[in-house]
Amino acid sequence: MAGLELLSDQGYRLDGRKATELRKVQARMGVFAQADGSAYLEQGNTKALAVVYGPHEMRGSRSRALHDRAVINCQYSMATFSTAERKRRPHGDRKSTEMSLHLKQTFEAAVMTQLFPRSQIDIYVKILQSDGGNYSVCVNAATLAVIDAGIPMRDYVCACTVGFVDETPLADLCYAEESGGVSSLALALLPRGGQIALVQMDARLHQDHLETLIEAAMTACKSVSKVLDEVVRQHLQEASVLSRE
Amino acid sequence: MKDTPLSNCERDFILKAIEEKKRLDGRQTYDYRKIKITFGTDYGCCFVDLGQTRVMAQVSCELVVPKESRPNEGIMFFNLELSPMASPAFEQGRQSELSVKLNRQLERCLRNSKCIDTESLCVVSGEKVWQIRVDVHTLNNDGNLMDAASVAAIGALCHFRRPDVSIQGEEVTVYSPEERDPIPLSIYHMPISVSFAFFQQGTFLLVDPCEREERVMDGLLMIAMNKHREICSIQSSGGIMLLKEQVMRCSKIASVKVSEITELINKALLNDKTARKAGGRCGFAESIPQERITALKTDQTAVEMTDVGETASSIVQTAEAPPQTVPSPSVPVPGVGQVGEVLRNSWGLEEEEEEEEEDGGEGSGGDSVEELTKMDVEQHQEVKSRTVDVVEILDSDEEEEEVVILYPETTKKPKNTASSSGQKGAGTSRKQKKK
Repeated sequence: MAGLELLSDQGYRLDGRKATELRKVQARMGVFAQADGSAYLEQGNTKALAVVYGPHEMRGSRSRALHDRAVINCQYSMATFSTAERKRRPHGDRKSTEMSLHLKQTFEAAVMTQLFPRSQIDIYVKILQSDGGNYSVCVNAATLAVIDAGIPMRDYVCACTVGFVDETPLADLCYAEESGGVSSLALALLPRGGQIALVQMDARLHQDHLETLIEAAMTACKSVSKVLDEVVRQHLQEASVLSRE
Repeated sequence: MKDTPLSNCERDFILKAIEEKKRLDGRQTYDYRKIKITFGTDYGCCFVDLGQTRVMAQVSCELVVPKESRPNEGIMFFNLELSPMASPAFEQGRQSELSVKLNRQLERCLRNSKCIDTESLCVVSGEKVWQIRVDVHTLNNDGNLMDAASVAAIGALCHFRRPDVSIQGEEVTVYSPEERDPIPLSIYHMPISVSFAFFQQGTFLLVDPCEREERVMDGLLMIAMNKHREICSIQSSGGIMLLKEQVMRCSKIASVKVSEITELINKALLNDKTARKAGGRCGFAESIPQERITALKTDQTAVEMTDVGETASSIVQTAEAPPQTVPSPSVPVPGVGQVGEVLRNSWGLEEEEEEEEEDGGEGSGGDSVEELTKMDVEQHQEVKSRTVDVVEILDSDEEEEEVVILYPETTKKPKNTASSSGQKGAGTSRKQKKK
């Protein structure tokens, strides 16, 4: 991919966005009737589906129950048709397990688990189409699903992946940009307090640029939180209109 | 096998000590443990000792068919094994969460940062490339496996030599080490990971946590950098919430540590090279320290003695007279505090009890100064109503009030531990150090 210019001279990226522009976010909550909470979120071409069950009694080993908080159990998987080449093993491989662990860690920080001791909250996320920023889209979808399930959270958890090209931070990377060897930083943020729930960075980046990159990521996450807030309020309005009728 | 659970008092002790910037082994907050790097007889074998944590890395290579998407690049494969010999908590064969986490971190730290020139590993484009495999085995877990593993992996990669290859037209000849000297890998930079442990919801931070500290920590931040101050990987784990300033501060600390560790690795590589050239015996067997008892004393451990001198002398000065036995003890009504019979009115002032065992017969020369909370006053008043000979010597007008209560006959005071543990840990941890 050496010939592709990730950032043109006029400041346009491969898909015509500016450096700080996010992709179009479309989301819908309450897609499944069976689950306690569910959400479908599209960010550009990356599509993710999140489902939440809980809080319910501990399944499996009772010994893993915590006496003072709920256990959050996350599973991340990618559909076999989600990538350009067919995925042989949708779950169980190292990358999926790592993602599941990261999701678990992110939500353990945000969900008020002290209210549900000795119980379990399950979050299942599936990527239906992968076009970059998998982790961020999963986190955003899971946030909506947790809100749909009515589980109390400290704040919205918003995530965004930013990259660094030509001294400019690019917000919300797509697959072409991610695989182009750009240093990418994925950040999960609780926007109101500015607290970082998870930070993950790959590829080389000079230390001096770190602050700019984190700043750009935090701004992008705050914009995502505004969009998610809109979606939630819209959903509530629709639901209240329906229940009134 | 399940690991023994950590007791609550041990957890509280460690947390309290951290609040006062004290660590179990006497290190400062930003200090690393002693790192020792040795190489084995074969090329590509590296042992790293980080304090008591011991890790071994071995690099091997093989000619394989390259990936279809990358026909002219070699393949790097990393594998980190948590062997049961390192800790009773690790089980053979089961891929636990920690194993996945460490493996992925090692992969991201070394592969994504492109520390090795993979294009130089290509022999015949599209047909044959070198696959470099790094196996890291944990031999002893005393905390911070990630850092030890990253140092071992990069040390092994720097030490490794692959067989020389020559191509004549269609023929590819791989020379054995006897025919032609093997050639080292081309390494662009050395990424080293530095781990930061966070405690008390991110208020306190420690570099290079040992195993006990890891058990009580809230979360971990791993920053991998090279000596050119380029960050290769950042990963936060555990359910902690960080602030941007904390991440920036950690990256600054990491750059300092990484340059030190890189120096160490280079020095170790140089030593090994000279040793091999000189024909001396080198290898793991030579490098294991002979753990024979040759002397009847152990290493000195650091003990905080900053104000022991003053407090001890001031206590000795004030506690002049030995206690006189009171012929008829006046036992007050339970629930009523006894005002001191000599000297001054102790009403409302803090008081404390001394642990006789700790003094070791130094008499009134108590060696610790403690502050009590008001809650403990009632406890002590009850205790006082039960004791026989109590002499109170108060020293007010000081920041810390020194109160020495002497029990000339009795020695064992189990209540002391209960009361002193409820206090601020100042005295407790100092006492423990003095042991």
